[in-house]
Amino acid sequence: MNAWNNIKAIMKRELGGYFTSPIAYVFLIIFLLLTGFFTFTIGNFFERGEASLVSFFTWHPWLYLFLVPAVGMRLWSEERRLGTMELLLTMPLTTWQAIVGKFLASWLFLALALALTFPVWITVNIMGAPDNGIILAGYVGSLFLAGAYLAISCMTSALTRNQVISFILSVVICLFLILAGYTPVTDLLMRISNPVVVDVIASFSVMTHFEGFQRGVIDLRDFVFFTSVIGFALFTTGVIIRSQRAG
Amino acid sequence: MIKVKSLCKVFGAKIAVNNVSFSVERGEVLGFLGPNGAGKSTTMRMITGYYPPTSGSVEVGGFDILENPIEAKRLIGYLPENAPGYADMTVHGFLSFAAELRGLHGDARKRAIHGAVEMCFLENVLFQSIDTLSKGYKHRTCLAQSLIHDPEVLIMDEPTDGLDPNQKHEVRNLIRRMSPNKAIIFSTHILEEVEETCSRAIIIDRGTIVANGTPAELKARSEWAGAVYLQLSAIGSAPVLESLGQLSGVIRTELLSEANGRLEVRAIPDKKNPNVNLTRAIYELSSQQHWQLDQIHTEVGRLDEVFRSITLPDTVKAH
Repeated sequence: MNAWNNIKAIMKRELGGYFTSPIAYVFLIIFLLLTGFFTFTIGNFFERGEASLVSFFTWHPWLYLFLVPAVGMRLWSEERRLGTMELLLTMPLTTWQAIVGKFLASWLFLALALALTFPVWITVNIMGAPDNGIILAGYVGSLFLAGAYLAISCMTSALTRNQVISFILSVVICLFLILAGYTPVTDLLMRISNPVVVDVIASFSVMTHFEGFQRGVIDLRDFVFFTSVIGFALFTTGVIIRSQRAG
Repeated sequence: MIKVKSLCKVFGAKIAVNNVSFSVERGEVLGFLGPNGAGKSTTMRMITGYYPPTSGSVEVGGFDILENPIEAKRLIGYLPENAPGYADMTVHGFLSFAAELRGLHGDARKRAIHGAVEMCFLENVLFQSIDTLSKGYKHRTCLAQSLIHDPEVLIMDEPTDGLDPNQKHEVRNLIRRMSPNKAIIFSTHILEEVEETCSRAIIIDRGTIVANGTPAELKARSEWAGAVYLQLSAIGSAPVLESLGQLSGVIRTELLSEANGRLEVRAIPDKKNPNVNLTRAIYELSSQQHWQLDQIHTEVGRLDEVFRSITLPDTVKAH
């Protein structure tokens, strides 16, 4: 109960932080403009002639690659730069509660951004009769994808007081998680090594695990993958924060 | 309330705090003195649970800071160095956040915020965001945060740093007012502050405690403590200094100024062979010698002199 109160207090502050600064509004507008642009222009939404959101979800791993680290980069870097980390961690709460609170707040914010794409869903429902189950699965997958990227940004943010470094590091790590399962890359790997190795590498990729959700398949293994990425990255965040204080 | 036992902190190859032990009871105000980089902040950070100690232990209100960190931290109010605050929050939002983490809700929270705002004179800036505040207000906002739950233990890292003289005075009054039912530790560079507010002072240099006592005890360690200051008219300083130097209990004399036949002289007492009536002996000497005495008084020691003599900069100590 106490733990949850602390997490709630941290979440409230973080979310408030997004909305009292222009970050939230800039992010939401850019996110919505870009999803629209990718879906309708590059994704050939209309030319496809099918009632689905495939052209919408396909771009999410790439879109999040830059947008999610932008949301997560300040989580801990800012605390270190301002010196408020000392204040926060001498309060009667565990480092865990602070990490989870911050993560959940940003995840909630990303969920809000994702929810605001509802006009796309309305459009596709007006124009045809899509399978809304598949679309829901896509949204769930997208949310977990964002969560995985966010946890990685959280981790890189704890490493440095510089937000730019934190941003670049998390983009690089997330890019690796995309490329390991990106078809052109796996095709290339296939030519130089055996299929088992390629499969193992690809199984670390968010692309491999996001694909199922897009087809409407909610597989436990994909859930396990995304939650373990989140769990691992947040755990590492805790280790980083502890080791910085240990000297 | 606070028990610190052989605390050590090592950063890489640098020993920041080396075997520091002390305790502070309720009603005590402990002043933490020392040059920059002496280990004051590091010690405070270990007491508040921000840095885990390399070795040694900290107990706050009976709770070990490593074994029961939450219980110990609940008792502590902490003002970190440079008084950090969330730049994008308003003063009210920030205090409300702090109160929430301290487990205060509803009416209790409102009352706590109100009390802290009043104590730190923040009414005028309550809904201003922290990054628009002047240094003094920013400092007091962080101070208010540390007082919001009326803690039993108050730890303040340079609470008067960056304040104007009036604000400094206010903060010192505040510390004095709160002192009867709290255990307070604060660090400072300002020595008058220690004399004015502390019941005890610790001087720390290069990570170790070099002096620990009441301000009066520390002052007594000064070479000048008990020195006799004379202002007199006489022909030439040499005979005056010579006859003073021959008195028993005087280790040496200092000529402070000499102008128009008027001298200022100080006789430094010999601590190993003290003369309890040094002032009277000097007075008698002066009437024997027919010096025209304008002023005579016994000096109390000066804290800054003690501070300097036991925390000499590295360059001097190397010789």
